[in-house]
Amino acid sequence: MAYPVPGTREPFLATRRQDAWWVVPLAMATTFIVFIAYASWAAFQPVEYSKFGPYISPFFSPDLTRFIPGFTWSPALLILWVPAGFRLTCYYGRKAYYRSVALSPSACAVGKGDRDYKGERALPWVLNNLHRYFLYLVTVLVIFHWIHFFDAFRFNDGWGMGLGNIVVAADTIFLTLYVFSCHSLRHLVGGKIDCYSCAAAGVTRHKIWTGVSSLNNLHNVYFWCSLFTVGFADVYVRLCAMGVWSDVRFF
Amino acid sequence: MSRIVNMKVFRGEKDSGQLHDYNVQIDDGMVVLDVIHRIQATDAPDLACRWNCKAGKCGSCSAEVNGKPSLMCMTRMDTLNNDKPITVEPLKTFPHVRDLVTDVSWNFSVNKKIKPFKPRPKDADGKQRMYQYEVDRVQEFRKCIECYLCQDVCHVLRNHGKHEEFAGPRFMVRLASLEMHPLDVEDRIPFIKEIGGVGFCNITKCCTEVCPEHIHITDNAIIPLKERVADRYYDPIQMLFRVLGGK
Ligand code: SF4
Ligand code: SF4
Ligand code: FES
Ligand code: FES
Repeated sequence: MAYPVPGTREPFLATRRQDAWWVVPLAMATTFIVFIAYASWAAFQPVEYSKFGPYISPFFSPDLTRFIPGFTWSPALLILWVPAGFRLTCYYGRKAYYRSVALSPSACAVGKGDRDYKGERALPWVLNNLHRYFLYLVTVLVIFHWIHFFDAFRFNDGWGMGLGNIVVAADTIFLTLYVFSCHSLRHLVGGKIDCYSCAAAGVTRHKIWTGVSSLNNLHNVYFWCSLFTVGFADVYVRLCAMGVWSDVRFF
Repeated sequence: MSRIVNMKVFRGEKDSGQLHDYNVQIDDGMVVLDVIHRIQATDAPDLACRWNCKAGKCGSCSAEVNGKPSLMCMTRMDTLNNDKPITVEPLKTFPHVRDLVTDVSWNFSVNKKIKPFKPRPKDADGKQRMYQYEVDRVQEFRKCIECYLCQDVCHVLRNHGKHEEFAGPRFMVRLASLEMHPLDVEDRIPFIKEIGGVGFCNITKCCTEVCPEHIHITDNAIIPLKERVADRYYDPIQMLFRVLGGK
């Protein structure tokens, strides 16, 4: 039985707040819908459009077709669940979609009406506790993103640089910042220790923890920057490959 | 600049109350608590409210100003839109007593359930050592003034009334300050999961948004506790290692 307090009777979305509290959740929900729709569409597009010159769309990295003979589908279908699962279980990602999509709560001190709530104690959301496993997997993807980052400077006619390199670099750098500011990583590298002066390599681990913590302050910013830059990198390579846009070559 | 502002203040007892209008003269630099005191002085000497320090340090004057859980003594009138009526209501997550006063004693009963600090045995020379860099992390949590604004805004308590199953953000902060203390050897992880109910928190950060001491409640207390609970209860590989290691 619910504890008898007035807040439990607040109707759905009722609030005394006077500010435009609904703007942020609405904008986030829209962004999620557009991004998921685009990524799902892109995953089913022909592989030809995932590459242009030395550039490869991050959605199609690593290129598993090379390792699985006869595999003709898009490698994106094999890969996308990793970054998708990573973002879905990300502590910041959770905040963003619980608020904007699940409206639980849509904003602070805004009513939720009469509904059942189990939080992250029951299925499906209890699975979010497995976030660390997605962290391990996504670290491998970060390595591939860096390989593609360097490969992207190798044009047919030798080393060079184009606008696409900047697009690919933005994706690689923001993905790296996003992954290295992860709360689970922060815990793993040293957050779990209570007594640093007693633990093996405690002082070093405290330093690493401090470093990850300072990146972690901007984890939300990196979440969005990395989402936008990864999406834009795919759009850019696709538009180049389709001939809609021609890449600007600097040298 | 002196001006008249329409204040709508909650008056009444338990369920029978409603907002009452007061048109109050506001002077420069006033905070909401000053306005409440002015209403007491001019219109309603029986208006009940709690306060003590008027400096944002005692945590007594918590209320909901324009729907936002705030300390009345730290909310300046010039940060609010004075052309519209300003509402002042009691906290909604605790049983109402009268006017702006609620009964927050549930919080004290939760606090009593938390196992206290248990230091490890002293070193051979009879001393106990810890270093400043190790306690920096828990010192942030010691800033808490127990205003219970975080408890008030938390939807798990406010909207779902899970007071019996969830300790709330204030006590996650306290649990974190004990669990992460370099000298403490008590194990509170089962409590945090089962009785504290950390899994009810969906890290939507409203507690952090309202904390007048700017404690990073969600990022620095709750999420690290969730990670510790995951180590113990949700990480199959670590669980396997513990079984193999005989722990
Ligand atoms: S982050 Fe958790 S504890 Fe804080 S208000 Fe949200 S649900 Fe409650
Ligand atoms: S954590 Fe912050 S909001 Fe919560 S009781 Fe302490 S000071 Fe108040
Ligand atoms: S917490 Fe966001 S990626 Fe791990
Ligand atoms: S009166 Fe002490 S915090 Fe407001």
